[in-house]
Amino acid sequence: MRPLGSVHDIPVGEGRAYAVDGEMVAVFRLRDGSLRATSAVCPHKGGPLADGQIDLRQVVCPLHLNAWDLTTGCSLSGQPEVTVYPVRLDGDQILLGE
Amino acid sequence: MKQRLVVVGNGMAGARTVEEILARGGDFAITMFGDEPYGNYNRIMLSNLLAGVEDEAGIFLNDLSWYADNGITLHAGTRIERIDRFAKTVYTADGTPTPYDKLIIATGSSAWVPPIKGIRLPGRGYHQGVFVFRTLDDTRAMIRYAREHERAVVIGGGLLGLEAARGLQNHLDHVTLLHAASHLMNAQLNERAGKTLQRIVEQKLGIEVVVDATTTEILGRHAVTGVRLSDGRVIACDVVVVAAGIRPNSQVAADSGLVVERGIVVDDQMRVQDEDDIYAVGECAQHRGQVYGLVAPLWEQAKVLADHLTGADPDAAYHGSRVATKLKVAGVDVASMGLQLPEREDDELLEFAEPGKGVYSNVVIRDGRLVGATLVGDTRKAAFLMQAFDLGLPLPEERAELLFDLGGPPAEVSPAEMADDAQVCNCNGVSKGTICATVTAGCKTVGGVMDKTRAGKGCGTCRPLVQRIVGWATGGEVEEDPAASWYVPGVPMPKPELMAAIRRHELKSVSAVFATLVPGGTEDAKSKMGLASLLKMMWGDEYIDERDARFINDRVHANIQRDGTFSVVPQMKGGVTTPAQLRRIAEVAEKHDVPMVKLTGGQRIDLLGVPKEKLPQIWADLDMPSGYAYAKSFRTVKTCVGSDFCRFGVGDSTALGIALEERYQGIEGPGKMKLAVTGCPRNCAEAYVKDIGVVAIDGAKWEIYVGGAAGAHVRKGDLLATVSSAAEVVQLTGRFLQYYRENGNWLERTYAFVPRVGIDKIRAIVVDDAQAIAADLDAAMDAAIAAYRDPWRERTDPVTPGQFRTSLPLTVLPRVPVRA
Ligand code: SRM
Ligand SMILES: Cc1cc2nc3c(=O)[nH]c(=O)nc-3n(C[C@H](O)[C@H](O)[C@H](O)COP(=O)(O)OP(=O)(O)OC[C@H]3O[C@@H](n4cnc5c(N)ncnc54)[C@H](O)[C@@H]3O)c2cc1C
Ligand code: SF4
Ligand code: FES
Repeated sequence: MRPLGSVHDIPVGEGRAYAVDGEMVAVFRLRDGSLRATSAVCPHKGGPLADGQIDLRQVVCPLHLNAWDLTTGCSLSGQPEVTVYPVRLDGDQILLGE
Repeated sequence: MKQRLVVVGNGMAGARTVEEILARGGDFAITMFGDEPYGNYNRIMLSNLLAGVEDEAGIFLNDLSWYADNGITLHAGTRIERIDRFAKTVYTADGTPTPYDKLIIATGSSAWVPPIKGIRLPGRGYHQGVFVFRTLDDTRAMIRYAREHERAVVIGGGLLGLEAARGLQNHLDHVTLLHAASHLMNAQLNERAGKTLQRIVEQKLGIEVVVDATTTEILGRHAVTGVRLSDGRVIACDVVVVAAGIRPNSQVAADSGLVVERGIVVDDQMRVQDEDDIYAVGECAQHRGQVYGLVAPLWEQAKVLADHLTGADPDAAYHGSRVATKLKVAGVDVASMGLQLPEREDDELLEFAEPGKGVYSNVVIRDGRLVGATLVGDTRKAAFLMQAFDLGLPLPEERAELLFDLGGPPAEVSPAEMADDAQVCNCNGVSKGTICATVTAGCKTVGGVMDKTRAGKGCGTCRPLVQRIVGWATGGEVEEDPAASWYVPGVPMPKPELMAAIRRHELKSVSAVFATLVPGGTEDAKSKMGLASLLKMMWGDEYIDERDARFINDRVHANIQRDGTFSVVPQMKGGVTTPAQLRRIAEVAEKHDVPMVKLTGGQRIDLLGVPKEKLPQIWADLDMPSGYAYAKSFRTVKTCVGSDFCRFGVGDSTALGIALEERYQGIEGPGKMKLAVTGCPRNCAEAYVKDIGVVAIDGAKWEIYVGGAAGAHVRKGDLLATVSSAAEVVQLTGRFLQYYRENGNWLERTYAFVPRVGIDKIRAIVVDDAQAIAADLDAAMDAAIAAYRDPWRERTDPVTPGQFRTSLPLTVLPRVPVRA
């Protein structure tokens, strides 16, 4: 489990990228207050997912607008799936991993 | 007990036959076996899947629930190895028996792979990097591999090879197509037509084509590195796709003692020769010596077989298909039917070739009837020709009318004149009658009819015709697809209704719109940007700007690039700059190692490849306002030198252009707004093809054109007004833009908006104030202008935490090549 810092570093409804043990992880702060984490690199052509737009279900990559389910990592537009990571809040600290 | 019907092969013919049987109320206990581990999908669409224009979910015709819902037992991923005709039982590989009363064989075809040296590795199947193109699994594997490689060779220049080549271009940089015959698609096209197609494929698509190319060897030890041709030439490549033809899957039938020649031999009821209870349909069947390789014939076969098996029409008989095809091959329109060229002394031939334009057409006439036609590059006449060919219609005395519009009958067949059984959708075999019946049954939207009949869901070329028929069948009362009229996909309302609701509930933020206007309050990422734009337009200063509603470009005021960096385009009004400004741009580019500095098509300078975190510093160093090259907003005003310097200039286009840009900079809208002002009708600033184009004409007047385009669409703008002063130009520009902002659909550029609303109506409102709203439009525009603030000012105090923080801390992205 890795602390990534304060949840206030991520604006509501947006994502930010973190380097964690050599992996790049995008953490999203949903409008219902919950968090999701995926690989920061888009499986399509490497786009920055943390720059994507989200709702409670999906993230849309800014480069070619493919979409992924934030909880399962499954693509909603026929792409390979994206890795998802467990993430949760401890107070206002973001904790990544089991 | 119900009769047991077993179907071997769960592809397009097998599943379609079962659908036809169900549609006739056929009462069988149905069991289907399919070698592929899926429900039934549209094999034709594999081309689109490869080309990246369709996703996997979109190609399924019958998903697994369809089988369950219809009480069909499906064994997907299970191959039948043997048929015992005496015991009336089929066996899977592991020996599991399934008895039948009636058996349908619909095993289709497989790719035929010529015996080329090195194409297979003993015991390992195809050599690494070699693929065929027949199934979903083939396509997936090909995409996966091609993405990681650079050069592909496609063997075979028929329909399939061309589609493969076109699709592969989506995944790698270089595609060469090898064809053994002397011209492409030689089975369907004559030499001139084939050569014309080759030209288009080479010049427009950039696929390299080699004809008369016999491949003799696949090179490479561990994986493919190239292919060798019979003349010794070697073509380097790391992917090989074999599309050299197909062979019917008739081995199981032959091994089981059925009569097989080229395919499984059937009679006019699709019954296998000498069998009472075994039938074959689709590509595996041979009827009157013919084996077919396109879907249209198998739709006819499926109907006959269903009529026969269910007893719906005891006289049903299949007489063979006259194969007339209208296809989009690798993006090129091609139609062909019957003879390629005259065969008898007194056959008439009409031929038209314009190779430079990529157009070829011919018709062959015998005894006053159409017996052949070929169209490449322009298939507008195909619908009529196919009907004439199918039904033997009388032909016009003036034969040239078959190929050209001589001011005579319109090229488009009118739905009223079409026979009921005329085929409209050649991919899915849907007739005019079926479409009309669907409409009569109560489905009155074009999308609904397409979903129900699948018309227009193949290659898509018939969609306009489907639309016209639905329009005709409803007597002009087509109901709009509700979703098609929504402003954004996630809020079920067209724009006027949505605006009224927003006003009524005073919804000032995107989240408030979702919460109030969407059942269940569900937000939708793909709707946020459109809503943000609309709310900003409606509320101006009162708009509650939730930054997550913005697309990344609008969050950081720059255009995202393929590698996650951004481009910076400072404002340069009217394309006019100064030595000092140029010096500053040069210094900034140098100081920040900007990878590319480029003059844009919008007459300004683009600094490309800037990392997100550097944006604020670069803006500070430039100290110029944003050029808005990233937003759905007012972009640029291109100008020409005009009367101050040009010897032809009759108006000061530069000054007017600058004035326009100064006033309307940064105004958001449903789409981009690009303007130009040009000093005389020579039109050096390309004003006729801009969202708004202003042209100085003699007599100190200005013409204002709106709705022009020269992007993905090319359209000359419509003349809105001719006025006598620059001030009037400025005012009408603002009023038109405001009218567009309030009434344009999300992402609808003016080139679509103006023809949709109609220039006459727009002129009446904007110029003649027929609705007495001109003052309101002007006032709304004034307010928007007053609210303008250069977004690059956010450099000093970011609006959100980490607004400019990089989203990719480690570099793994493909890097954009840097040019010196
Ligand atoms: C930079 C520039 C090319 C250049 O080097 O010259 C450019 C670059 C892009 N254009 Fe363009 N267009 C550029 C002039 C044009 C022009 C010519 C013009 O503006 O006079 C056109 C034709 C006019 C028009 O707008 O129709 C043009 C028609 C398009 C289109 C087609 C729009 C259409 O509906 O027809 C798109 C795609 C879109 O908008 O969806 C597009 C989209 C793009 C995007 C934004 C693609 C994207 O989403 O990333 C490109 C951004 C590249 C980047 O990495 O920053 N660009 N683009 C030009 C910037 C002009 C400027 O100074 O603002
Ligand atoms: C990429 C591509 C593009 C095409 N484009 C077009 C086009 O634009 N227009 C057009 O008209 N046609 C096109 N075609 C051709 C069209 O797809 C075929 O004509 C059609 O699919 C034939 O249907 P079928 O049911 O006979 O065979 P298939 O669809 O191949 O179905 C046969 C099924 O039977 C299964 N099977 C085989 N043997 C056994 C066994 N022993 N046991 C169990 N299952 C078995 C196979 O796995 C397969 O799933 C295209 C084909 C491809 C591959
Ligand atoms: S034409 Fe425009 S969108 Fe296409 S590559 Fe060039 S800059 Fe990009
Ligand atoms: S890189 Fe993400 S959708 Fe293409």
